[in-house]
Amino acid sequence: MDSNLSITGPAASTLSFWEKLGLGLAAIATLYLFSFMWVGSIISNFGDISLLILLYAMATASYIYGAYIGKSAGIKNDQNYFRSLTSRGALAWALGIFLTGFYVLLYWYPSTLGLVKNGPNTGIIAVFDPLSRFLKGQPASQWFMYGTLYTVAILFMGVKFMYKYRHNSYHLIRTTSVMFFQLAFAFLIPEILQRLNQPYFDFKMIWPLDYYAFFDWRIEELTSSGQLGIFMLVWSVALILIVTPILTYFFGKRWYCSWVCGCGGLAETAGDPFRHLSDKSLRAWQIERWMIHAVLFIVTAMTIAVLHSYLYDSSDPIFNTTSLSILFSVILGGIVAWIYIDKERFKSLDPIAKKVGLVLCSVLILLMWEAQFTGRYNLLFFPAHQIRSWYGFLIGATFSGVIGVGFYPLMGNRVWCRFGCPMAAILGIQQKFFSKFRITTNGNQCISCGNCSTYCEMGIDVKWYAQRGQDIVRASCVGCGICSAVCPRGVLRLENGPDTSQKATEIRSLQIEPSGVKLDV
Amino acid sequence: MLGHPGVRLPSRSRFNINLIPFMHIAIIGNGISGLTAARFIRKQSNHDITLISGERTYPFSRTALMYIYMGHLRAKDTELYEPHFYEENRIRLLQAWVDTIDFEQQILYFDAKDDQEPLTYDKLIIATGSQPNRFGWPGENLKGVRGMYSMQDLQSIEDCSQGLKHAVIVGGGLIGVEMAEMFHSRQIPVTFLVREPSYWDMVLPEEESQMVNEEIISHGIDLQLGTELKEILPDEQGRCRAVRTSEGEEISCGFVGLTAGVHPNVNFLRDSPLEIDKGILVNEYLQTNIPHVYAIGDCAQLSDPPVGRRPIEAVWYVGKMMGETVAYSVCGDLTRYEPQLWFNSAKFFDIEYQVYGHVPVTYDGPLTSFFYGQEKRSLRIVYDKRTTKVVGFHAMGVRLRHEMCESWILHQTPIEKVMTQLNAAYFDPEFYTSFQRDCVNHFNNIQGINIQLSKKRGLSSFLSAIKSLGSSRTSKTK
Repeated sequence: MDSNLSITGPAASTLSFWEKLGLGLAAIATLYLFSFMWVGSIISNFGDISLLILLYAMATASYIYGAYIGKSAGIKNDQNYFRSLTSRGALAWALGIFLTGFYVLLYWYPSTLGLVKNGPNTGIIAVFDPLSRFLKGQPASQWFMYGTLYTVAILFMGVKFMYKYRHNSYHLIRTTSVMFFQLAFAFLIPEILQRLNQPYFDFKMIWPLDYYAFFDWRIEELTSSGQLGIFMLVWSVALILIVTPILTYFFGKRWYCSWVCGCGGLAETAGDPFRHLSDKSLRAWQIERWMIHAVLFIVTAMTIAVLHSYLYDSSDPIFNTTSLSILFSVILGGIVAWIYIDKERFKSLDPIAKKVGLVLCSVLILLMWEAQFTGRYNLLFFPAHQIRSWYGFLIGATFSGVIGVGFYPLMGNRVWCRFGCPMAAILGIQQKFFSKFRITTNGNQCISCGNCSTYCEMGIDVKWYAQRGQDIVRASCVGCGICSAVCPRGVLRLENGPDTSQKATEIRSLQIEPSGVKLDV
Repeated sequence: MLGHPGVRLPSRSRFNINLIPFMHIAIIGNGISGLTAARFIRKQSNHDITLISGERTYPFSRTALMYIYMGHLRAKDTELYEPHFYEENRIRLLQAWVDTIDFEQQILYFDAKDDQEPLTYDKLIIATGSQPNRFGWPGENLKGVRGMYSMQDLQSIEDCSQGLKHAVIVGGGLIGVEMAEMFHSRQIPVTFLVREPSYWDMVLPEEESQMVNEEIISHGIDLQLGTELKEILPDEQGRCRAVRTSEGEEISCGFVGLTAGVHPNVNFLRDSPLEIDKGILVNEYLQTNIPHVYAIGDCAQLSDPPVGRRPIEAVWYVGKMMGETVAYSVCGDLTRYEPQLWFNSAKFFDIEYQVYGHVPVTYDGPLTSFFYGQEKRSLRIVYDKRTTKVVGFHAMGVRLRHEMCESWILHQTPIEKVMTQLNAAYFDPEFYTSFQRDCVNHFNNIQGINIQLSKKRGLSSFLSAIKSLGSSRTSKTK
């Protein structure tokens, strides 16, 4: 018998009529939208966008009707690995290529989508003009178009997700939350602010995901926008320095990644059908750890460099490069010192990672002071604006957009969150070392079936821990709660427990003897 | 430090592994029992380990077979560890079927097809698992008639499923309902023949059994209770075409699933000096009658099972505990197999099931049970009428914390105290409505008392409840 017996599903998919209709309508709506690249507006004013949203709504309703209505509430993963769209088949590749192409046009060729500077828009973007004028009194930009589509995707696919998990209160409440934050905080409030001649501001966007939060133009814009602008700037600082650590301490990084964040919002709703495609191998984990922390370091260095050049000519007694160097020396040095002094807390930290962190932070601190004393303008030897545009191109656009969403159907729905997001990196460090959050394993009930690992969008091999009876404390866990939902034996529970220092130990473990032989990778 | 539920591991003197000569340990069967044995042998020693299976090279979760068929998982997702794990831990995986064993010379001979040189061993662990029962039904060996135990069984079911119009499942146990769910996932109509008057009623109490009956029927399964298989009828090609039931009804079907229990897979050892009854007979150290030969898991039969336990328990968790226990003995640290509290779990379509401790189906002694049920959710607590001490928990559609239930039972906690602390066993996801609250209200109503449920739930309530039960469970096991 073949050692790698591969059980394959039926060639013919058994999608119901309504599910097929839903997928068909979604395709028609998308074709309708993209037809504007070649033909002009079909129905004037709000007509086109209303029809578009109506078509997507009908598509969603039809799919929900076929897939969930009249069926018992429970786990609905049947045939995921038999369907082309959800098992890296031809449809998945087609969707991946389409999404990737869309992002390329959006970021680098918005004129092909109809963006006209200093004139009336044409093509796809013109379809969004009426809505944009209504909300903020200006014609649409490509970002307004994108924001609208993004919000529609989160809302409609969010409703679908809620039907899929309608038996699970955690998912109902969490999904309501991401839908609310997207609609209100990411979409409506910033647009309305602009209508009121205030700066565009998303109150839930946090540096370093919001990598331009402390760019010179941003600071200029906010400081010149009166008290509200100053509040926004203070809010930005408070978010990362105060709000984030406190909430993460109590709830883990999930409060942001799967309850508030827009990237997470899209991943949890529109991306949900692809969550099982994330790579669970040890190799993927090794790549992930280095990559995400590298992005965090780069965004930190870039932000310091930008602030350095912004403050270079400053004669202000407080806001100048000297205070900048002191501030970041204290922050970076403090973090490194903490890691080396509080050995007990950081005992699970990879010693190599520790050394690399020490070296990188030291180099950055030395560079700051060297530039300070030599009066060098370009802190990182290249002009800050150049580093900034490289970051925007490579990380901001290519990684988070083109790859992050474009590769949903091929690499799962959290590629960006897992491998690239510097915000997730910070929250992850907090979650691992300073948080009450963990996933508890229920005694010995695990049957190693693999549903938890397979449906973990972050690629965590949950089963590895569960079958040993060990609690799961992983930096990358976004607390989506799907592992707990799909577990057929009730083994996993997301918890905020009191025993913070004990949580990673094997208190609930089957094994009783410390082993002399290294078994656990 | 808390102990771990399910199995009590004795406090043992640390054995100096250097005193044991280096040896080769062969394990036949790479299911959960064999694999667990291999892992724990490696944890303690540097002996050579060969894990032999004809079924599949890499150990996988047998309980997940249904999810492969349903398209939730791929076969490789059910593997217990990534391939590099076995290399790093020097567990040699050998895919071959053992044909005969020369216990005298300590040599394994393999099936001729496998083209595998005979293998000598110093110690042997037999963990060959089970086989589906066949009760001599006419036609039970026809094509299209199959149980579901192995990966090969699953492949066979898959092959039969192409164009399948109707399937019949025989036997009302856990595998039967899994198989019904499998066919349901592909919209293949199913008739489910259950000999008993209600599903799995020799294990599930009446209300719970009825709840599962309804769950099965609500998924469109043709559940025929109190109905037995009489014969399976062939077509011209020697495939099954229909079954005839004890009611005389003939049901056309292209597949018949035999799920009326399992028996130890030991036939290839019948003519050997190994003492075999239904399974391979072992003592409390899991030793067979032949020195250096052990048997664990589904294929092992305890000659003298602990009080309240059955000689053969073909359950995942038992295999896991036996695997860990035998590893100590094999490495020279003779360890008794002492399963502690019985526990098990399953899922019937969308209803999860967990049991801890002793939950009888009928009550004629000092035991009685408190039951509270809602639609698709219920909790039963079994206790002693005279002393009110709890002995068992039985949950449907409600998740309970294993350690908490076990601690209550081991500490002989009165049911009133359990009711007060009930939220400490709360293991449903966050924001679920508190079933526990309604349950305590119901208990108060029927007892005419007024127990106040401690409101806190989650991990902190569990940790404080454990603390309140005393210190006997918190002793260090090292």
